[in-house]
Amino acid sequence: MFEHHMRLTGEQQAVLDGGKGETLSKVMETLIRYGELFGAEKMVPVTSEYNHLVTSFGLKAMGAVYELMDTLIGAGALSGQKFSVDPKPLDPNVPANFIQNIVFNHFMYTEQERYEAQLRNLGLLSDSAFTCTCYMDAVGNIPKKGDVLSWSESSAVVYANSVLGARCNRNSGIIDLMGSIVGYVPYFGLLTDEGRKADWIVEVKTTKKPEAQLLGSAIGMKVMEDVPYIRGLDTWLGKELDDEACTYLKDFGAATASNGAVGLYHVAGLTPEAAEQGESLVKPDAKVYVIDDAELKRVYDNYPIIWKDKSAKPKLCFMGCPHMSLQQLKDWTDKIEKGLEENGHEKVLVPTVFTAAPAVLKRFEGTPYCQRLKNTGVILSYICPLMYMNNPLSGKMPVITSSNKLRTYTSARYYTDDEILAQLTKGGR
Amino acid sequence: MKTFKGRMIVPGTVTAEAVVSHGGLNTLASFQKALQFGDKKATCGDQNNPDLYGKQMAGKALCLPQTIGSTTGGLVIYCACSLKRQPACMLFSKPIDSLAGAGVILADVWLDDVKMPVVDSLGEEFLEYVKDGMQVSVAENGEVTVA
Repeated sequence: MFEHHMRLTGEQQAVLDGGKGETLSKVMETLIRYGELFGAEKMVPVTSEYNHLVTSFGLKAMGAVYELMDTLIGAGALSGQKFSVDPKPLDPNVPANFIQNIVFNHFMYTEQERYEAQLRNLGLLSDSAFTCTCYMDAVGNIPKKGDVLSWSESSAVVYANSVLGARCNRNSGIIDLMGSIVGYVPYFGLLTDEGRKADWIVEVKTTKKPEAQLLGSAIGMKVMEDVPYIRGLDTWLGKELDDEACTYLKDFGAATASNGAVGLYHVAGLTPEAAEQGESLVKPDAKVYVIDDAELKRVYDNYPIIWKDKSAKPKLCFMGCPHMSLQQLKDWTDKIEKGLEENGHEKVLVPTVFTAAPAVLKRFEGTPYCQRLKNTGVILSYICPLMYMNNPLSGKMPVITSSNKLRTYTSARYYTDDEILAQLTKGGR
Repeated sequence: MKTFKGRMIVPGTVTAEAVVSHGGLNTLASFQKALQFGDKKATCGDQNNPDLYGKQMAGKALCLPQTIGSTTGGLVIYCACSLKRQPACMLFSKPIDSLAGAGVILADVWLDDVKMPVVDSLGEEFLEYVKDGMQVSVAENGEVTVA
């Protein structure tokens, strides 16, 4: 038995001592050792209704993960909560050539069916619960303010902490599930009041509303894992967490979390804790980062472009990493229709895939926008663009996106929303 | 030659050649291609990491401030260990982050026969001093000697 210094309840100690079997004992040991790395002195109950897991893909190379899942299932160590999970890596609607299909189905995602069966055994919410934006109304995995979570998925964690006011560390895959299995998570970091204080003040001094994905990238790369308190953004987003503001913060947060390691940000006058506690959230020795138009341009100009032919014509455009909101789908329908009309085209000039949660797509299909968007040639999908791109064949394709997360993890080239619109409706930037 | 003292997270001793990332190591971006396509050297695939991009990570003393990026990070480390494509050791100048912490603990608890000593909190001077190709030795007490 390993030595630990945590104050455990009788129930937690009994699990650790093997009272519920060796596997659950090892799960508890994992969580205790993980928590002690960060000074956790106790475990606290998970209070959210649902969990959210990051691992949605049955990659052959991840065999050790699926073996571990089999061990958990075999021991009856199932999730105490139902959970949503990140998007699926495959969707026949998304364009792929013959060789890509062979690689996807016969070399990469050969464990997909096995893994999805494991997820169902462990506590998957439903067969349509595959999305990185589980907090959308249509999906319904929306934690309450103050809820303690055992979530993973960097973009979902940063959204839950910042926009919803829930409390969650940037848990890794597997750790997310283990918290749900024992019903407790170690108390440290973003679960604590002190851990939610801001290490940075970010002053937004741009002359127009900054691109969410670009601003998030700049802040993520600067503050890394720290908590930023952002002044000046309410000028552009207003004082209400309405659909538009939440959508902006979804994309902004995903960029802070993937280009850096941000798990929580506060927006002065807007996000719940900033609205309640104001600048008392800022640590006395906080550093300052000023973002103006020139700084955003510097960040944009420094993105590496790893296409072999930097002037290649794009072969695919992915929008929706993280998955798009219903409002984004509607807004982009209007923008694309208008752009095509102005430029005398009927269909988008680059094969384009918009991705969203299955439940959001279902709602969108119930609106007149859906057929209008399909008429422009845009393909709708529930896929994870990142998983599609993660192979040498897709990596060689000139793919464009306005997702800074997709840019970070793949060879996709980042453009602003306006530039993407021009590429799709006019050709060229 | 210089010795640095850190916190031993996963005990063990090893001597290996250093590869150094001065920025945060994006675990998913760095390892994903290597794990998927059988690259036993675990060549770093992160285009945004000019220090490491294209360099071998497996069997090296991986020196870094922290890891960043996707919350798959921990299970990526876990899988790298299970496939024996992990670094010889991971040496963090800062306190370890939650994703790397999860990965190395998962590997230590759930995988048999994996040796990857991990030391954190080695200080900024460590990362300034150590360079690619230097010999790095990890002692059982968390001392890291760079020569």
